[in-house]
Amino acid sequence: MSQPHLDLHESPSSEPRRGFMTHILAAGIGLLVGAIPACAGLAFFLDPLMRKKKGASGDGFIKMPVALEALEIGGEPQLVKIIMDKVDAWNTYLKQPVGAVYLRRTDKDKVAAFNSRCPHLGCAVDYKPAEKHYFCPCHTSTFDVDGVLQNDIPPRGLDTLDVQIRNGSEVWLKFQNFRATTPEKIPVG
Amino acid sequence: MNALINWLDNRTGLKKLMHEALYENIPGGARWRYVWGSTLMFTFTIQVITGLFLWTAYSPSTTTAWESVYYIQHHMQYGWLVRGLHHFSASAMTVLLALHLMQVVIDGAYKAPREINFWLGLILMQIVLGLSLTGYLLPWDQKGYYATQVSTEIMGATPVVGPQLQQLAQGGPQYGHHTLTRFFAMHAGVLPGTLIAFIVLHIAVFRRHGITVPDPDRAPATTFWPDQVLKDGIACLAVLGTVLTLTIWHHGAELAAPADPSEAYSAARPEWYFLFLFQFLRFEWVEHQGLAFGAIYLPGALMAILAAMPIIGRWKVGHAFNVVFLFVMMVGIIGLTGLALKNDAADPDFTAAVRQAHDDSVRIEELAERPEGIPLEGAVSLLRADPKAQGPRLFARNCAPCHRYDGHDGTGRKVTRKDAIVAEVLEKQADGTKKKVKKIVGYKPPVEELATASDLGKFGSPDWIKAVITDFKKTFAALENVKDKDDKSKIAESSKHFLEGEMAGWSSSHANHWRADAKNEHALDDLVAFLYSQGQRRGAPGVSDEAPKRGRQIFETGILPVGKFESNCIDCHSLQPIGEDKLLGEVGAGPTLTSYGGDRWLREFLSNPGHEKFYGSNNTMPAFGERLTEKELDLLVRWMVGDYE
Repeated sequence: MSQPHLDLHESPSSEPRRGFMTHILAAGIGLLVGAIPACAGLAFFLDPLMRKKKGASGDGFIKMPVALEALEIGGEPQLVKIIMDKVDAWNTYLKQPVGAVYLRRTDKDKVAAFNSRCPHLGCAVDYKPAEKHYFCPCHTSTFDVDGVLQNDIPPRGLDTLDVQIRNGSEVWLKFQNFRATTPEKIPVG
Repeated sequence: MNALINWLDNRTGLKKLMHEALYENIPGGARWRYVWGSTLMFTFTIQVITGLFLWTAYSPSTTTAWESVYYIQHHMQYGWLVRGLHHFSASAMTVLLALHLMQVVIDGAYKAPREINFWLGLILMQIVLGLSLTGYLLPWDQKGYYATQVSTEIMGATPVVGPQLQQLAQGGPQYGHHTLTRFFAMHAGVLPGTLIAFIVLHIAVFRRHGITVPDPDRAPATTFWPDQVLKDGIACLAVLGTVLTLTIWHHGAELAAPADPSEAYSAARPEWYFLFLFQFLRFEWVEHQGLAFGAIYLPGALMAILAAMPIIGRWKVGHAFNVVFLFVMMVGIIGLTGLALKNDAADPDFTAAVRQAHDDSVRIEELAERPEGIPLEGAVSLLRADPKAQGPRLFARNCAPCHRYDGHDGTGRKVTRKDAIVAEVLEKQADGTKKKVKKIVGYKPPVEELATASDLGKFGSPDWIKAVITDFKKTFAALENVKDKDDKSKIAESSKHFLEGEMAGWSSSHANHWRADAKNEHALDDLVAFLYSQGQRRGAPGVSDEAPKRGRQIFETGILPVGKFESNCIDCHSLQPIGEDKLLGEVGAGPTLTSYGGDRWLREFLSNPGHEKFYGSNNTMPAFGERLTEKELDLLVRWMVGDYE
């Protein structure tokens, strides 16, 4: 190993100017040898913040297993699990349930979709048919059938998702999660 | 021996070190009230020992974390004991922390010159809470997964850097492998390392100023060894006894079903010592101030007051203020914890969710213990593909809005309705003005919701078949609860088709036939056996057994030992016997009974009950072939016909 040309063992009795240099160099090198691995580690640790999102193929819409006709106009919301390929670090899981949405047909060719994640703190809301409310079992957030908040626990209403009706009866949906706790809808990931 | 010690001392300074450690002066004598610090050191030692051993068997990834903990808990020698000690010592540590803090504040041990040590102690407290928070996730079970998700969402609500903090903690935008590797690195590396460093400082500074003695003249001064050490030792023994008792009592720590991001978990609660914070976030007035207020600012403010105690203490009534503040805070914490427990105990949904979570954890154990073991995709795949676990959920979601299952929704929950109490309240608008708005201000006590279709708990069983034959009206009586759209006092026409239809009439007009003679009662059993055998369920008689054979005669001819049917089963129903090509009866009038109550019948029926071979134009039930995926339908049907082990 090549060493900087330094003799740290020089006796303290040598000239004071060199003594001062020794202080600076010793402290500087000490900091440097600590900082290099620390910075490398820190950069490594910050990976999740720096990671670029891979461009999703297609328009991001996926077909729901429920046909339009199966949903009654103005009827009860249907819970549908979202099955998608999921990438988790080194694994890609094919066709995994990654979340759930509530689908409700509001008109002849209109379907409203809500992400079942509560915008308060991310628990899954339950639809209670008898009460015609969505209810979160964690901190009692309540929403009406249109996803509008009914008490002041959640910061916003249930998160609506984009829905398209294709080929007359297919329900396609763009699944997204949104950040909890904020009054605005901010997509995650 | 002495020579050896002297040799060592000469080279290490051992004697001086030991003397400093053991012969600390304690004015006023050894006392029980000084034991808390030592018991905390002791519980931390338990955590280090058990934690290191658990580390040798734990594997942090989403497909191995739960699985390795499961293996520790159920297969490794004394795995339950080591894990249980680790779990309950964590709880003990929190309690002891509170006691230690209270003793320090009451005795005024935070005052000059011990301020720094008090602050070091508060930092230690944060690290311990951080350890329990990170540890809760590591088993990757439903409980830890959902509770920790709330914690990281709260982290995300931190002003300015929240989202970045959350991503760093999670190792990405969502939970995954890196959430576990990061939490584990924190739990087993960073936090304990930091904790040890701060403990060294805490004890060094403590020794510098010595113990805080409220009344030094109480008894003659003594030294740490052996008087106080004895008392400390007895206290540690009591702590260990408690922890061991709890561990043995519960046979280790609980392990819920493996985490499933797609399966809502309604029983999610934080560890008991965080319940007060949890309860706090359920108050609307707290949420009015924003989540950061309830989850970050307010706990932060409480911590800030604690940290300011040494400064407040300088003021004349400062010490009294500190003691009262701590007392009020403790009462508040205990009160909120009690309230959270009380609310949950009174909430039937919550207790049902806890029961279901328990059932899942029992079931996954059964599945994992099969010869095939746990597949590479992880244990959650076993539960997702299990009719016994998924059937009740699918029933609750899809069938329970109308049907019941032995009186509940399939998962054991009563189907209830809590009507909201809506009132007009004055609410401040964004522009500062006040406006009257209609809002939910509370809920009426829950009332049971009436079923509008039959109870399917016994569906397809001999009891069910018998009930349909002998008392059709009663079996389908719930249909009476469907009211006419325009006149709520009348039963809906669609229900009348059933309740006053041909089968209902046949059933009531033949009711006396069965009672006419004991032989006829046996004949009924034979008829039931015939239909039951056609479903080919597990445990059903074979189609060529004697009783089903006799029953088939009755099904075809209507001839009873005493008397005869006025109209025969095959006059309305069709049935293609198992293994035969010929169809008995004709498709059309009544539902087909080919493999009635069995897998095939139920699958076809649920897919399209309005098909002409089932209810035809009388049908009011949705076609679940359009609503459920093939896999979901399969799980629901297999659960209902009992096709699982």
